[in-house]
Amino acid sequence: MLRFVVRRILLLIPVLVGLSVLLFIWVRALPGDPAKALLGEKGTPAAVARLNAQYGFDQPIHVQFIKYVGQLVRGNFGSSAVSGEPVLPTFVERFPATIELAVAALLFAVIVGIPLGYLAARRAGGALDLFLVSGSLLGTVIPVFVLAYLLKVVFAVGLPGHIGGFKLSSLAFLPASGRQDVAIDATHITNFYILDGLLTREWDSAANAAVHLILPAIALGSIPLAIVVRMTRASVIDVLGEDYVRTANAKGLAKSLITRRHVMRNALLPVITTIGLQTGGLLSGAVLTESVFAFNGIGSYLFNAIGSLDYSVLQGFILIIALVYSLVNLIVDLLYGIIDPRIRTS
Amino acid sequence: MSTVTEGVEPGDLESGPINRSPKLAALMAGQPDHESGVSLWRGAFRRMRRNPSAIVGAVIVLAFVIIAVCAPLIAPYDPANSAWINQVTPEDVPGPSAGHPLGLDPSGSDELTQLIFGARQSLIIGVVATGIGLIVGMTLGTLAGAFGGWVDTAVMRVVDIMLSIPGLMLAVSVAAVLGRRPISIMIAIAAVQVPVFARLLRGSMLSQRRQDYVLASFSLGLRRRTVVMSHVLPNSVGPVIVQATLTLATAIIEVAALSYLGLGDPDPAVAEWGRMLVKAQDRLQSDPQLTLLPGACIAVTALGFTLFGEALREALDPKSRR
Repeated sequence: MLRFVVRRILLLIPVLVGLSVLLFIWVRALPGDPAKALLGEKGTPAAVARLNAQYGFDQPIHVQFIKYVGQLVRGNFGSSAVSGEPVLPTFVERFPATIELAVAALLFAVIVGIPLGYLAARRAGGALDLFLVSGSLLGTVIPVFVLAYLLKVVFAVGLPGHIGGFKLSSLAFLPASGRQDVAIDATHITNFYILDGLLTREWDSAANAAVHLILPAIALGSIPLAIVVRMTRASVIDVLGEDYVRTANAKGLAKSLITRRHVMRNALLPVITTIGLQTGGLLSGAVLTESVFAFNGIGSYLFNAIGSLDYSVLQGFILIIALVYSLVNLIVDLLYGIIDPRIRTS
Repeated sequence: MSTVTEGVEPGDLESGPINRSPKLAALMAGQPDHESGVSLWRGAFRRMRRNPSAIVGAVIVLAFVIIAVCAPLIAPYDPANSAWINQVTPEDVPGPSAGHPLGLDPSGSDELTQLIFGARQSLIIGVVATGIGLIVGMTLGTLAGAFGGWVDTAVMRVVDIMLSIPGLMLAVSVAAVLGRRPISIMIAIAAVQVPVFARLLRGSMLSQRRQDYVLASFSLGLRRRTVVMSHVLPNSVGPVIVQATLTLATAIIEVAALSYLGLGDPDPAVAEWGRMLVKAQDRLQSDPQLTLLPGACIAVTALGFTLFGEALREALDPKSRR
């Protein structure tokens, strides 16, 4: 096991080195002078000179690279060309919001997806199965931000008009934007708003933050939900055909016991891996979802940085996100190695 | 275990060093003879004709391609024609009328015309992007799969690095470097696909290289180039082609996402579904049709390619052939 862990961690090193080289080249490939590209509108001659001294844009390329890596190691990921805010602290401050949203989205996908996938598998080929499978297909083909808009207009803003005697605007009972009502004067310790509310025993501020999460989490969770449903369905169908399930049935075990102990325990393995693989999609989706709901995580910040072509924020955020993404994948791999010993040797 | 021939389950063959012909193996496994002599692709086509979701997918894809190719013939107006701008007010965009079956768009153009030409734009971007992705990805994959050793290691490390950046962000950074030009969206989307294709083809080629026919070709004294190009590669492209079909669906969705992020085609005269969605943003409450129509076009087209791609995967997968 130790060898597996060490080898897997060592494999991460060339990726990280390569990534920093890639982003190093990326800045130099941007249109125009790199210092000016990074500083944007605020590129006064003094600021350009300061950045040149810091990163040595006027020096030979190998000196530049050493300086760049030196800055990275010291935790300097640059600062925003628009607001001047340093990249790393901004990221750290906003990341809890995105984690909260991503976790909520995954919870939604798992809690709804696994039972639905199981139902579909039990009635494979039937009407319910067809409905669930086509529904999950639809979930993957609707652009995330379109779904986010639709959810927002129906359940937060409210549509005009009515169907029969039912006013459509009465569906709009959820908040349209933000992480918490401004009127709530909550204490924030960790920047995970729900956790903060629980820690300080401000129950209503925790509840308020949770309510704000509902729509963004459904929008962001739609694709993972679809994937979890299909994966669970396929996996349960596979397991139901196994000999040990037939044996369990033949022994006359109770159906619920077979489901719990034999079917689900084995069927969920591939589902867990699939869930682990969703991180990249969640981070990409966060950029689209957070901006629709004005949710103050890294996604909405990145969205604004893309809009204003704030290259230093892009460079820093992409590097940090790739780092986080690689680490999460590493953890998923290691966990999977623990769950399934066969993986370690291959 | 001897080489598993197409259509035969591993357990159906006795283990041994002999590589039986597919026909003989199938007969020995007690399978009816009707599929023998049928090529992989023709067999896949036969199976797809019997699969209803493949038919639905194919019909959608075909309709989409016809609309995209014949856009100037079908569309009632010119896409750049925004002569009805005076009918658009900040509060309201006119809905369906006699001259405009789907109403107008916020810039005063005919909505139906925009949707039809949007299909054309999606097809062009999707096909070119996937084409670039395929060429680069397959080149990398072939290098890694054919040479192995340090070439393989080097290529796969590059692939790992590309995969370590979440897809949309890789596309965004590529698009940012290339500037706002039509080709940069295509290259950005292709960049996301390259590592996927490379990895798939490499894996597929590696499993082919262990097959006996490769050993046989080498023993016959064929050169590596001949073996790779005319034997291993043609037998390995199946999964890549399936993936390319599925990728066309993601490409169409990603074009919309890039438009939403402000990195779309800079020419406002080009009709594009993603930009139509962006323009409809502040009119969602008053004119939801402006969001629903392009949204539905993207979803249906992506659905078509997904259904078709998955049916193709099923048809080519030996495990699903029973």
